[in-house]
Amino acid sequence: MIWVMIVGMCIVTFVPRIIPLILGRDLLLPSWIRRWLSFFPYAALGSLIFPGILSVVEGKPWIGVAAGACAALLALKARNAIFPVLAAIAVAVGLQLLTGA
Amino acid sequence: MAMAFGVLATQTGLSFLQAGAMSLIVYAGASQFAALGLLAGGASALAIILATLVLNFRHFLMSVALSRRLSLPPMLGFGITDETFVVASLNDRLTPAFFLGLALTAYLAWLSGTLIGAGFSSLIPPVISRGMGVALYAMFIAILLPGIKKSWINGIVAAAGALLAWGASLLLPGLPSGWRIVLAILVASAFGAIIGPSDQSAEDAS
Repeated sequence: MIWVMIVGMCIVTFVPRIIPLILGRDLLLPSWIRRWLSFFPYAALGSLIFPGILSVVEGKPWIGVAAGACAALLALKARNAIFPVLAAIAVAVGLQLLTGA
Repeated sequence: MAMAFGVLATQTGLSFLQAGAMSLIVYAGASQFAALGLLAGGASALAIILATLVLNFRHFLMSVALSRRLSLPPMLGFGITDETFVVASLNDRLTPAFFLGLALTAYLAWLSGTLIGAGFSSLIPPVISRGMGVALYAMFIAILLPGIKKSWINGIVAAAGALLAWGASLLLPGLPSGWRIVLAILVASAFGAIIGPSDQSAEDAS
């Protein structure tokens, strides 16, 4: 059952990724669609971060928020994602220990 | 992130081989985490595959956006993820070689991280594996911030996406989370396209 799931997930993940690349240049889009597409990464990031970040630690949504805020502060200065990510993990682990998880 | 997936996968009951195979041939972070959540909740394989399809609709849109900017060999589509797409989108001088390097690095990191996490999961206490769950979000935040510094509209669009995803989770609890995210992306981006200054070139990020 898990192997069926894995192979099925493989197919439904791969196909949507390659179809636009196969059609490639024949896929001419009007400028309003291109403008719309240009915002997709930001909209995607926003909706992936929140509200998902609230459920990092079950029953303690603020731990995810605190770790995320710490990552955001560091990301303002850092040149890559590694430092903010490690700091966020440290905050999430530390807060769980402090609140007796 | 990948290590977190490996740890959680084995804690959810997947074998080392299954966790590795998932990262090897599925290779979609959010979908893989979602699958673990569904599996833990007792969902069937079919339900999980359908949820994956819905969650991956955004990759279709990302692939369309990338194909606007460069012509990639279709097989490279396998390397389109939230992370590689955003990094590629924000690169002003995007070439197929750059994308190949980016995708390959991300793929190998994801795969090796999964194997390490799955291999050592029994040694990692739950307090740390839960803490690792935050890594995914921290990385999304770290990718998002430079975009907001570049233009405030991007920040508004991201906030709108978050609000819509949150609102949808409250108002439409029956809607699978994959659909909520698709809905939020479509509406928030349209909002950005409408309120954004018309001189902002769509070629910048599309």
